[in-house]
Amino acid sequence: MSDITFKSVSEIRQGLASKEFSSVEITKAYLDRIEQHKDLNAFVSLSAEDALADAKLADRKIASGEAYSLTGVPIALKDLMLSKNQKASACSNIISNFISPYDSTVVVKLKEAGAVIVGKTNMDEFAMGSSNENSAFGPVKNPWNKECVPGGSSGGSAAAVSARLVPLALGTDTGGSIRQPASLSGIVGIRPTYGRVSRFGIIAYASSLDQVGAFGNSVKDCAEVLEVISGHCLKDSTSMQLEVPEFSSSLDSAIQGLRVGVPKEYFIEGIDPEVKVSIQAALTKLESLGAELVEISLPHTEYALATYYIIAPAEASSNLARYDGVRYGKRAEKASDLLELYMQTRSEGFGDEVKRRIMIGTYVLSTGYYDAYYLHAQKVRRLVKRDFDLAFDEKCDLIACPTAPTTAFKIGEKVNDPLQMYLNDIFTIPVNLAGLPGMSVPCGLDAKGLPIGLQLIGKPFDESTLFRVGHHFEQATEWHKQLPPLS
Amino acid sequence: MISKEEVFKIAHLARMAITDAQAEHFSKELSSIFEHIQKLNELDVSDVEPMTHVHGVFNVFREDQVEPSLEIQEVLKNAPDVNGQFFRVPIIKDHDSE
Repeated sequence: MSDITFKSVSEIRQGLASKEFSSVEITKAYLDRIEQHKDLNAFVSLSAEDALADAKLADRKIASGEAYSLTGVPIALKDLMLSKNQKASACSNIISNFISPYDSTVVVKLKEAGAVIVGKTNMDEFAMGSSNENSAFGPVKNPWNKECVPGGSSGGSAAAVSARLVPLALGTDTGGSIRQPASLSGIVGIRPTYGRVSRFGIIAYASSLDQVGAFGNSVKDCAEVLEVISGHCLKDSTSMQLEVPEFSSSLDSAIQGLRVGVPKEYFIEGIDPEVKVSIQAALTKLESLGAELVEISLPHTEYALATYYIIAPAEASSNLARYDGVRYGKRAEKASDLLELYMQTRSEGFGDEVKRRIMIGTYVLSTGYYDAYYLHAQKVRRLVKRDFDLAFDEKCDLIACPTAPTTAFKIGEKVNDPLQMYLNDIFTIPVNLAGLPGMSVPCGLDAKGLPIGLQLIGKPFDESTLFRVGHHFEQATEWHKQLPPLS
Repeated sequence: MISKEEVFKIAHLARMAITDAQAEHFSKELSSIFEHIQKLNELDVSDVEPMTHVHGVFNVFREDQVEPSLEIQEVLKNAPDVNGQFFRVPIIKDHDSE
């Protein structure tokens, strides 16, 4: 075990500044650790050569006093983020050979900040899944128990940060794909408000729900990386023209008197009793830190899952229409005419879960069903959002609840029942429908030693309060310091 | 309930070839998912406006200026089949059965 890979982002920055180690050294140490833990299957491609060249450049910048907050700090990207001349497959066979001709906005921003991109992480195909078992490159193992899933869809990013294969990783969250794997893998994951981070250059799943966010081993690390990747972007018209607060500089401000809403609908039957106990203990801890607990009601919570499984597949069926074997990606070989080319290419290229969602989406948008399903769901979506608006207007400054109803489950356990699998996201989906920021922070371990996450949900664009409360919680607990049982 | 025939129809609309066994399988799975989705019918939403954007943003305009775009040859590197500056595809036939 090499100590150099167990440092926080600010410790890395200090180490680099004081010449305790160089960016090349720390990048090599992480690349070695990735190799050592290859069996986790967290990475699908590595860019070691480019990473070491970037690290060398970072070392020169640090020496000449031109360093930014992430200069020389290694980071991993979910495989649906475009980085020039690197593969980006979204872990799908249909574009497994795609090499990006340009950088996504988040990659441009990371490069400007001097971060060292080491590679691409495994994920559920096109971000559709909650266990990382839908990847064309095989499942990811949970560092806490290699028989278990790390959660999904950003399972590779979560496992990589949890196993200290990188100090930071980016993910995307459409229905919980950052928060749920963060919870199951025992790390911090932030999904910012819809519109906070540019989606330009991110392979789309459901565009009204997708948002880029980050994984780290502490709230502060996540706050630092979110500062870098946030901001308005001319190439994403849904990114908002708002100032980006310095999230990491207000972490210590008092949380005295903050009203924490506890939604009664999130403590339902079906939630693992051990998860419930941990969340209740976490709430008591927040109270002891000076926050005020307020019971709230989000009455449309029970409709969120069904709403999501109309809206997300509908958008996916449209977004994924572009993969037809004509302009990029793989093409079926034996097609005799154009229609057959489309049909065979898509049949061979997409995995079962992607096909399932494309079909749901196609159905709910088709003539005769549009009003009954899609339009109806858009109306219910407004009711889900209204619940949050009312709670924030009248009762609370943020919301605290479980991130996931259970801890990590066994690989293979839920693959044959899509609906059971979808229920993993029952507590994370409402946030996406309402476009809110949400964060998962470690708050316990169950009897099997598997991590439990506390979800904090904020007002639109109020990530600062989430970071502040999460940071205070971390300072008062030891959960984020627990390490998975790896060498 | 989504029948096997409906599955074939949807798959065709989505331009995906599926086998008989797959159609059978998807029919069962999609039926169970739509059974859950029916839950939304419990709600009366007749006076609710559909929500298309969470922050209520409408059109975002920019100046209509020509900007440099990607190099064509760079972009074509990802194409399965090209002819000069064009993508090449098999013949487009009439499909009487369509």
